[in-house]
Amino acid sequence: MTTDLSPHPGGTPSSSAVPLLTASGVSRSFGPTPALLDASLTLYPGEIVAVMGPSGSGKSTLLHCLAGVVRPDEGRIEYDGTDLTTASDTELSALRRTEFGFLFQFGQLVPELSCLENVALPLRLDGESRRRAERTAAHWLDRLGVGDLAAKTPGECSGGEGQRVAVARALVTRPRVVFADEPTGALDSLNGERVIRLLTDAARESGAAVVVVTHEARVAAYADREVVVRDGRTRDLGGVG
Amino acid sequence: MSLGTTLLGLLERSPQHGYDLKNAYDERFATRRPLAYGQVYATLSRLLKNGLVEIESVEAGSGPERKRYAVTDAGVTDVERWLSRPESPEPYLQSTLYTKVVLALLTGRPADEILDVQRVEHLRRMREFTRRKSEGDLAEQLICDHALFHLEADLRWLELTAARLNDLAKEVRR
Repeated sequence: MTTDLSPHPGGTPSSSAVPLLTASGVSRSFGPTPALLDASLTLYPGEIVAVMGPSGSGKSTLLHCLAGVVRPDEGRIEYDGTDLTTASDTELSALRRTEFGFLFQFGQLVPELSCLENVALPLRLDGESRRRAERTAAHWLDRLGVGDLAAKTPGECSGGEGQRVAVARALVTRPRVVFADEPTGALDSLNGERVIRLLTDAARESGAAVVVVTHEARVAAYADREVVVRDGRTRDLGGVG
Repeated sequence: MSLGTTLLGLLERSPQHGYDLKNAYDERFATRRPLAYGQVYATLSRLLKNGLVEIESVEAGSGPERKRYAVTDAGVTDVERWLSRPESPEPYLQSTLYTKVVLALLTGRPADEILDVQRVEHLRRMREFTRRKSEGDLAEQLICDHALFHLEADLRWLELTAARLNDLAKEVRR
C-alpha cells in the first residue's frame, strides 16, 4: 500500500494527495427505480466528507456502493488500487472487515452480547484471541467515555450510550475508512452532538477517513467538506475553510 | 437587500414604465406593504445617473410624459454580480435570498447554483462556529449553538427551496 496516510483536518487535501477511494460514473437502480445516476466522489486519506441531500435522493445507496455493500450497475469504485465493482465477494468481505468501519442510525449492536463483547466482535471475527480483543475493546470504550458500560447489554444503554459503543466498534479495528449512515438520526441534539464529535475527533486522531451521510447541517459542519446528492446525482460543493 | 438591483433584474425581462415596474415588484416581493412610487422613481433616477438603465422611449399623453426604462449592459452585469455573490450568513436573510432565486428564474439563470453557492457559505460559517465551540467554555458553546441553530434553519430553507424550484419557476413565470 503506497497511499499517503496523512490526515487533512479542517480542509480539502492538497492536489498532490493520492485519493484513497474514488467513485466515478456510478449508477444503480432498484428494479425500475434509479437510485444513483452517474454519481462521483473522491475521498482522501484522513478526510471527513459529509454526504447530504433530501430523503430518497440516493445518499445511502451511494454510501453502500462506496463500502462495497451494493454493487453498482455502472461505473467504477476504486479503493486503494482495488476495483470494488469487480472484486469477489470474499475480497469485499475481507475489506469490509479489516479496512472499513461501519456506523448506522441504530440496530447495529448484537443485543445478546455485552457492550465489551460487541466492540470486541470485529477483532474476534478477524482471528484475534478473546483476551487481546477484549483488552483493545475496553480501551476504545474508555476512549469514548463509556468504559463503565462494558458489562451491560445494548438494551440496558440509552440511545446516546449505545451509539458511543457503536462508534467504539466502528473504530476498534483501526479502519482506514469509516462509513456512517445517519449516525445521529435517532438521538436528541445534545447526544447527537456528542456522538459526531467523538466520531470525528477519534477518526482524526487515528487518521481514518469518514464518509458520513446526514440530513443535519450541524453534523455536516464537523466534516471537512460536503457532497450533495439530489435525484441520484452528486454535486461536490467543496470545502471552504 | 438591494432594491436597485431587484428593479434591474425585473427590467432585464423587458423594458417597462416606472408604474408597471412598481406593480411587478409588489406582485412578487412586497409581502407586507407595497413600494412607494417616490421610492421607485428615486431609485430609477439613481440607476439612470449611474448608467445602469436608460430611457428607451418617452410617450407624451394628456398627463405627464411616460418614460420607458431599459436595463443597460452595465445593469445586467450588476444583476449578474449580485446573484452570483453569496450573502454573508446572518439572521433574516430569507427575503434577500428569495428575491435572488425569483430573479434568477425570471431571467433564465440557474437558480440552483445560487442556492448551492449560498449553501457553501452557510456551511463555511457553521464550520467556524463548530470550531469555536470545540475550543470554548460552556458560555461560548451556548452562544455558538444559538448561531448554529439559526444557520441550520436557513440551510433547511435553502434545501426546501431547491426541492421546489420547478414549482416556483412555473409560478413566477405565469
